[in-house]
Amino acid sequence: MDLSFSPEYEAFRQEVADILAANAHLAPTSDDRGMKNPKRLAWQKLLIEKGLAARTIPTEYGGYGAEPDILKSRIIAEEFARSGLPRAMSSQGISMLVPTLLELGTPEQKAAYIRPTLYGEMIWCQGYSEPGAGSDLAALRTAAVEDGDDYVINGSKIWTSTAKQADMIFCLVRTDPAAKKHEGISYILFSMETPGIEVRPLVDMTGTANFNEVFFTDVRVPKSGIVFEANKGWQVANATLTHERGMLGDPNATKGRLVELVDMMKRETVNGERLIDNPLLRDRLLKLQGEVYAMQANGLRITTHNLKKESAGLAGLVVKLMGCELNHEIARLAIDALGELGVMYEQGEHLRADGSWQARYMYDLGLIIGGGTAQIQKNIIAERGLGLPREPKLAKA
Amino acid sequence: MEFALSEDQRMLQDSLNGFLKDAAPLDTIRKIAVGDEAAAASLATGLDEFGLAGLHIAEDHGGLGLGLLDACVVQEALGYAIAPSRFMATTVASHAMRFAGEGFLPGIASGETRMGLALTELSSRRDGAGVMVENDKLSGTLLLAVSAEGSTHLLAADISGALHVVETPELAVMQTIDRTRIFSEVRFGGQMSEMTLNPDDEVLAAARLLVAADTLGAAQAMLDKAVAYAGERQQFGRVIGSFQAVKHMCAEMAARLEPSRALIWHAAHALDTGEPEGLVMAALAKSHLAEAGTFIARTATEVHGGMGFTDLVGLHYWFKRIGVNRQLFGSPEQCRHDAARLQGWFETA
Repeated sequence: MDLSFSPEYEAFRQEVADILAANAHLAPTSDDRGMKNPKRLAWQKLLIEKGLAARTIPTEYGGYGAEPDILKSRIIAEEFARSGLPRAMSSQGISMLVPTLLELGTPEQKAAYIRPTLYGEMIWCQGYSEPGAGSDLAALRTAAVEDGDDYVINGSKIWTSTAKQADMIFCLVRTDPAAKKHEGISYILFSMETPGIEVRPLVDMTGTANFNEVFFTDVRVPKSGIVFEANKGWQVANATLTHERGMLGDPNATKGRLVELVDMMKRETVNGERLIDNPLLRDRLLKLQGEVYAMQANGLRITTHNLKKESAGLAGLVVKLMGCELNHEIARLAIDALGELGVMYEQGEHLRADGSWQARYMYDLGLIIGGGTAQIQKNIIAERGLGLPREPKLAKA
Repeated sequence: MEFALSEDQRMLQDSLNGFLKDAAPLDTIRKIAVGDEAAAASLATGLDEFGLAGLHIAEDHGGLGLGLLDACVVQEALGYAIAPSRFMATTVASHAMRFAGEGFLPGIASGETRMGLALTELSSRRDGAGVMVENDKLSGTLLLAVSAEGSTHLLAADISGALHVVETPELAVMQTIDRTRIFSEVRFGGQMSEMTLNPDDEVLAAARLLVAADTLGAAQAMLDKAVAYAGERQQFGRVIGSFQAVKHMCAEMAARLEPSRALIWHAAHALDTGEPEGLVMAALAKSHLAEAGTFIARTATEVHGGMGFTDLVGLHYWFKRIGVNRQLFGSPEQCRHDAARLQGWFETA
């Protein structure tokens, strides 16, 4: 057990802190709206040039080209958190499509897509879930029928975030309806400007359209958009799904929320008493603090496994379930602590923290369901982590 | 950076687990629980050979010079096997005397001095209990002393929170739900304090951390038993572990327990390296493991269905050990209260 960093890493930490301090004035703020806001694009470019974004992506594709180093990634994340400056972009294109293309893309696909995606100039959306294919993603039915050098696509997708802004989509489609359900799927890339695509915003309980529905009617796209091979899309997608689940439940983000909650409970008073001096609320706060400490320590343990290129086993499998639940509970306590004013939302002079606790409480419930529901996570923990048997398949009717 | 047990720590835990599997099967624990002194003595002798008495004592004083993280690794193994052992008391006493115990530590390391803990005053004072000190002489009673039975000396807290090393006086057994360990009422009648130590948050932190590690082990054992049972027991023509209702109970237990393990490691490491957060983490580790342990004790029993409720399967020994651990050295609420105090979250005091 050794939680210290060697001098090489401490020097790296200082270097990162210096870069961030020297460039802080260039960082975009919440006023710089829009995914392709020039200030945001310039910030991303700067971060890539300084090695604080796209760090391990080869230079030939526009990345910084450093060797993968988990500790350095960790240090960068910690220094961003310490500085409060906006992190590098983490769109679905960057976090899911780029790793997929690096592993399985053709030279043409890599050349055309990776660089503009990293620089935030090309926005992607993910076409996976369908109305009839949620937890059972492999039941997807959006059909792609061969026609010369093209596929003609019909069907629909749901839960597609950033579909309105997206230039491109990475999409799972059924190319062989006769094959077993996992074996007839292809992973294909195409432009969102292709005729026949309709995007309808899907307003959720937060009052915002965080997601969309996407409808395809005779959408003709070139076969060259297939990644890896036709009918091998399930394997292609699986490589990155694991990646998405790892992103949800980041313990450092949770720690940040707890710190905000503690600050709020020290600041806000009811009947002249600070919220943190209410023993019932304080007890709940400390319960959550214990859980945050546990998830942080669990995160350190996972980092160590990753450094040794070992599987983190159960420690890794539980992160999405526990992390999302914990975020939700932190928001719930914040709302309860604020009491009657905790129900204020969106605007008004009595609003606290811009109404973000209510927004998080609701959005976090979305995250408990999305990215593999809590129940699917429990199946995974029980089957892969504890070795319990899968549910027997029903005989085909 | 490496957040993991060392090779030595893993080997220590493996060899202890291996030893306890043979030397402390449930049949032996049952005998000890009904007062079979020969069975208890034989197990204690076997454990002595691991050098546990001197584990947390500096090499200069005849010990192994290992830290609280190593101690937690040992305590987890003891909790897994619900084995009775003086180890927790010895380690906490060694920790309390780490700067001032030259006179006692060599004797503790050699096993000649056997320590018990009488520390309830540090977390919960009761009417009719409490120890007064006058002219270095102790009088009064202390409740729920750990490993006092068979000890030569006690580490005892007086009503001011000061700690004393004192010869073990008259004891009365306090019968708890947990028969794997003997708890005592201690009755002082003028015994001399042989050494006085100032109140010290670290002592309670070490005690709480070891109790948390004991619960970690006991809860892991209950989870393992539940998973094994769910993988064998058949109803409706299939193993019950293939039903999501049962599978999800097992997953929830694992999801709560696995991060708890990392929390214990982190808290122990923080205390070993003198990180200021260590005291807070130890208090929260105790409360967190109390909650996770209670959940697992109940849920693992439920996975076993009616059999879980019987004496035949014997799950209740683990259930009760976890139940006592939950209260020992401070309930979860008390520990969280202390964690708030340690962080200066109170306006006053």
